[in-house]
Amino acid sequence: MDLFEHQAKELFAEYGVPVPRGSLARTPEEAREIAAGFAAAGTPRVVVKAQVKTGGRGKAGGVKVAEGPDEAQARAHDILGMDIKGHTVHTVLVEEASDIAQEYYLSFLLDRAARTFVSICSVQGGMEIEEVAHSNPGAVAQIPIDPLAGVDAAKAAEIVAAGQLPEQALPGAATLAERLWAVFADEDATLVEVNPLILTADGRVVALDGKVTLDDNAAYRQEHARFADPSAADPLEARAKAKHLNYVKLDGEVGIIGNGAGLVMSTLDVVAQAGEAFGGIRPANFLDIGGGASAEVMADGLEIVLSDGSVRSVLVNVFGGITSCDAVANGIVSALGMLATRGEQVTHPIVVRLDGNNAAQGRRILAEAGLAVVEQVDTMDDAARRAAELAAAGHPAVAPATGA
Amino acid sequence: MAIFLTGESRVMIQGITGSEGSKHGRRMLAAGTTVVGGTNPRKAGQTVDLGGAQAPVFGTVAETMAATGADVSVVFVPPAGTKSAVMEAIDAAIPLVVVITEGIPVHDTAQFWAYACAHQNATRIVGPNCPGIASPGKSNAGIIPADITTQGRIGLVSKSGTLTYQMMYELRDIGFSTAVGIGGDPVIGTTHIDCLQAFQDDPGTDAIVMIGEIGGDAEERAAAYVEQHITKPVVAYVAGFTAPEGKTMGHAGAIVSGSSGTAQAKKEALEKVGVRVGRTPSETALLVREIMQRR
Repeated sequence: MDLFEHQAKELFAEYGVPVPRGSLARTPEEAREIAAGFAAAGTPRVVVKAQVKTGGRGKAGGVKVAEGPDEAQARAHDILGMDIKGHTVHTVLVEEASDIAQEYYLSFLLDRAARTFVSICSVQGGMEIEEVAHSNPGAVAQIPIDPLAGVDAAKAAEIVAAGQLPEQALPGAATLAERLWAVFADEDATLVEVNPLILTADGRVVALDGKVTLDDNAAYRQEHARFADPSAADPLEARAKAKHLNYVKLDGEVGIIGNGAGLVMSTLDVVAQAGEAFGGIRPANFLDIGGGASAEVMADGLEIVLSDGSVRSVLVNVFGGITSCDAVANGIVSALGMLATRGEQVTHPIVVRLDGNNAAQGRRILAEAGLAVVEQVDTMDDAARRAAELAAAGHPAVAPATGA
Repeated sequence: MAIFLTGESRVMIQGITGSEGSKHGRRMLAAGTTVVGGTNPRKAGQTVDLGGAQAPVFGTVAETMAATGADVSVVFVPPAGTKSAVMEAIDAAIPLVVVITEGIPVHDTAQFWAYACAHQNATRIVGPNCPGIASPGKSNAGIIPADITTQGRIGLVSKSGTLTYQMMYELRDIGFSTAVGIGGDPVIGTTHIDCLQAFQDDPGTDAIVMIGEIGGDAEERAAAYVEQHITKPVVAYVAGFTAPEGKTMGHAGAIVSGSSGTAQAKKEALEKVGVRVGRTPSETALLVREIMQRR
C-alpha cells in the first residue's frame, strides 16, 4: 500500500523525523482556516500541496506557494479536483513554507535483485533520483543495509557522508536517517523516500516530502488499516476484498475466474491475444479463487465478475492440481444455483475449461447438469478464443437457463 | 538424475501437526517420498498419522535430523512463525529448506535470507510462497501434485504454482527430471539462475523450461546467465502482459513499477539470447515437445 504524503509525514513525525507543520484540507475554506492559523502564529507564507499517489505533482501545477489565508484558499480552489496523471485531487496539505538553503535525497528500499535493503543518498535532491543517477551517477550513493544489523548511528553517519552532504548538514541528516530507518523497519515498509530532504536557512534538516510504501503481507502485525483510502478503491475491488477474493478490476469485456496467480495472469494474456481477432476484446478482471474453489467461493467470484457492467462473457479456467476438477464442476453447478436463489439469474455465457486431476469427471458433471449458459472447451487457448468471440457477439449468446 | 531433491532425500516437515503440514505430509508420502517426521515444539514425543504411517514429532529441527537423518525440511508454519522456523533450520545446518508458506512479510524473508548468507549458505532455501520441488518418481517436497506428470528429462523452474502444474501435465508423456517452484515473492532464496545452473550440470536433464512473470528483473538476469553459461536448450514463458502498472497481481512480487518489470521487457531479453518464448502455456509446451522429439 502506498501512502499519501500527509500520511507518510504523520508516520515520520511519530518516529521523530522532522517535518514542516501542516494540516490536511478537503475544501478551500479549510485551507483558508489552516493558513489563518499559521498567519496568526507569524508564518503567513504556506505551501498548498495536492495529495495524490503519483509523482510529478509540481510540474502538473499541484504544488503552490500562497501568501496568507486568501491566497491559500484560492490556490486550494485551483488544485482540489485537479486531475494529475489520472488521479483526482480530493485533499490538499497546507504547510508552513520552509526557507530552503539546500535540497538533498534520502531513501531506504528493498533491493529485490540483491535480496537485501539499500539506502540511497545524494547531495542532489528535489528532482527524480533516476535522473540524477543518469546525469551524474557519481552524486548518488547506494549503501547496502544488512537486514539483521539495521541502521545505527554509525551506519546513518556513513550513509549521509557517502551521499556527499555538506559538513553543516551531516549531524542533522544522520539523526534523521537513523529515525527514518526506524520507520522503514518497524512499520514493515518496502520504501521510505524523502525527496527533497532540506537544509533550512537556520541550519535544520527537515523532510520536506515523504513517500512510503507498506508491505501488505505485514498487515497482520501492523496498524496499517488506518491508512486505507476507501475513496480510491474500485467498488468491485472493495466488495471482492470483503469476500476475501483476490480481484483486480481491468477494463475489458471477458470476465476471468481461475485458480493460481500465475495461471490467471496467463489467462488474461491469452484472452487479450485471442481478442485481437475480435476487434480488441480484452479481459475484464483478474480473479484468483485459489486452491479451494468451493461452490461458495465460485458463487462469490461469479457474482463479483458479473457485477461488472462491461462484462459480456465469462471464462472459468481451472487447472486441477491439488483441487480436483469434479469438485470444481460441482462448485460451478451449485454456484449457478446459489446465484439463482439470490435472485441473480446468470444470462451471460460462461466458457469453462477444466483440465488436470479428474478433468473427465468434472466435464461430465457439467455436461449432465445441462446448464444453458455453460459451454465447455477443452484447452485454454480454444477456451480463450471462444470467450472472446462470445464477448464480441455482445449479448448473451444463449437463452437463460429457464428456457432449457 | 534430478536436482536438489533425489530418491535418497530424507524429508521432514516443520509444522507437521497442522492441517496443511499433515495433509501434504500424507500426499508426499503417498508419492513415494521418504518422510521421516517433523517438528512442533509443543507436541514433541507424539506422532502424526500420515495415512497409516506414524510420523514422529520432535521439538526441534536439530533433534529431527539427529534421530532420522533428515536432510530436507518443508516449512508449513504460518507467516508469523516462518522466520524463526527457517532460522532454526539454518542453525541446524540442514542442506535444504523448502518454504511453502504464503504471506510472509518481506522484512522477515530479507532477514532469514541474510541469516542464511551469514551461515555461508550451507542451507539452500527454496521459496517462500512456492509449491516446492518435485522429482517425479523419486521424491516430492511440497504441494506439487505428484500424479499429474511422470519421470523424464525436462527440467522446470517457475515462479508460479498452477502454471507449473499446467506445464507438467501438458508434457506428462515426456516427463520431468525435477520441477522447482521458486515462488512469487519479491525476495526468494533459490533463483531462476540457481536452477538453470543445476539443470545444466544435471546429466538427467536435456532441456529446461523457465516460467516467469511480471515484477523485478530476475528473468532479465536469467537471460544474461543463459547467454553465458547454458548450452542446453531453454524454452520460456512469461505471464502478465496485460497487467496494469502498479497493481499487484495475486503474487506479492508480481507488480509492474513504471517501465520496469514488464512481461514485454522480459520476453525481449530472453529472445535476444536465443531463448524461445511461447505466447501461451500450450505453445510453450509445444516448443519443448519439438525440442525433446528432435533429440
